[in-house]
Amino acid sequence: MVREIHVDRVKDVVRELSIKANYFLPQDVLKALNKAIETEESPVGKEVLGLIVQNAAIAAEDEMPICQDTGAAVIFLEVGQDIHFVGGSLVEAINQGVSEGYQDGYLRKSMTDDPFLRKNTGNNTPAIIHTDIVEGDQVYLVLAPKGGGSENMSAARGLTPADGMEGVKKFVVETVDRAGSNPCPPIVVGVGVGSTIEKAVLLSKKALIRPVGHPHPREHIAELEQSTLEAINNLGIGPQGLGGRTTALAVHIEPHSSHIASLIAAVNIQCHAARHAEATL
Amino acid sequence: MEKRITTPLTEETLRSLKAGENLVIDGVIYTGRDAAHKRLVETMDKGEPLPVDFTGQIIYYVGPCPAKPGHPIGSAGPTTSGRMDSYTPAMLNVGLKGMIGKGNRSAQVVEAIKEYGAVYLLAIGGAGALLAKCVKKAEVVAYEELGPEAIFRLEVENFPVVVGVDTEGNDIYVEGRKAYAR
Repeated sequence: MVREIHVDRVKDVVRELSIKANYFLPQDVLKALNKAIETEESPVGKEVLGLIVQNAAIAAEDEMPICQDTGAAVIFLEVGQDIHFVGGSLVEAINQGVSEGYQDGYLRKSMTDDPFLRKNTGNNTPAIIHTDIVEGDQVYLVLAPKGGGSENMSAARGLTPADGMEGVKKFVVETVDRAGSNPCPPIVVGVGVGSTIEKAVLLSKKALIRPVGHPHPREHIAELEQSTLEAINNLGIGPQGLGGRTTALAVHIEPHSSHIASLIAAVNIQCHAARHAEATL
Repeated sequence: MEKRITTPLTEETLRSLKAGENLVIDGVIYTGRDAAHKRLVETMDKGEPLPVDFTGQIIYYVGPCPAKPGHPIGSAGPTTSGRMDSYTPAMLNVGLKGMIGKGNRSAQVVEAIKEYGAVYLLAIGGAGALLAKCVKKAEVVAYEELGPEAIFRLEVENFPVVVGVDTEGNDIYVEGRKAYAR
């Protein structure tokens, strides 16, 4: 059975998620920040973490953006194969939803039309849309505003199968070390590992959607996440880079099948404003 | 008691600031980020007058959110300062004495800060809602067409910062990390 969904419904949901994601920090992130306040050894680091939590409370209370960088509107869309969208273009509806959400929510418009000419499009479009076609007749949508400061510190590298888990860990730690204070630590580190570069990069971003602190179900991956997190926190960068034991709140690694010749790792860095909001249609 | 500073910054005030020290700012500061810096430096290169006299002033690297009705400004936290590094020596050369942002500065910028007797101040990145509460008034004074990247004149009260790089070139990022690395 084909299920029809009018694209205006998608537009309305995208509008609502744009605002919600930017005003309300998810509970899993708040929980991780509060836990870090208890464990942080640096007095300055503790104070900074306290102010970050206080900032999130002000944003929720006053209904204003947690951070002025309300991001590129990154959208993960899972579309059931029995869905038929009616009433117009799906992509146009999504962009219209972003445009209305960013306008009505008093969010900053940060997108430019061209990477070199850099004229602001004025409505934060285009959205960055990633679509998966899945079984079923539902649409699952996650909107994750992504700020520029942390995105700029992200990286991908081709390793060799011989480099293995240690090689990936070393690359991730190097990337975080080089980023230093720039990406607004404490960060969440998304890692994608596979054998084609676009898959690794996409998985590194998807890894950021996982609730903070939920380990990967595969034991060796969960162990790699834990040991990489420890190595990152031993860098001493700390909250806002002012020195401390909390440089990252979590490392999330998403592995994928790999070609016999390849091991490609991508690291996507997320600032402490790890924002996302989701809906099912 | 926290130390308070106001603009224009005097040499005496500047010399008294030490890396790692907490301060609050009262008074006028100007905003400017990537696109505004590009224009300012292009204007200098052409030998034309700048839209703002930066002598003794502080520039805040921020692109704020739009203000909701009844508020002077939307969320307004710092952006990554390193992207302004290539423009900073020219800005210091026209009299700028303070910069507010987040993140490391290049060795050349730290050297220029020392040479011109200026300071680099840090605000908490991602605390845009909290910092917006310290802004009492905001008006665009140049490059309105750049939207969030326009130059705003902000009147601030109790605006909290930490001294990142002082007039001697001491850098808190270098010192702070050493104590907690293992």
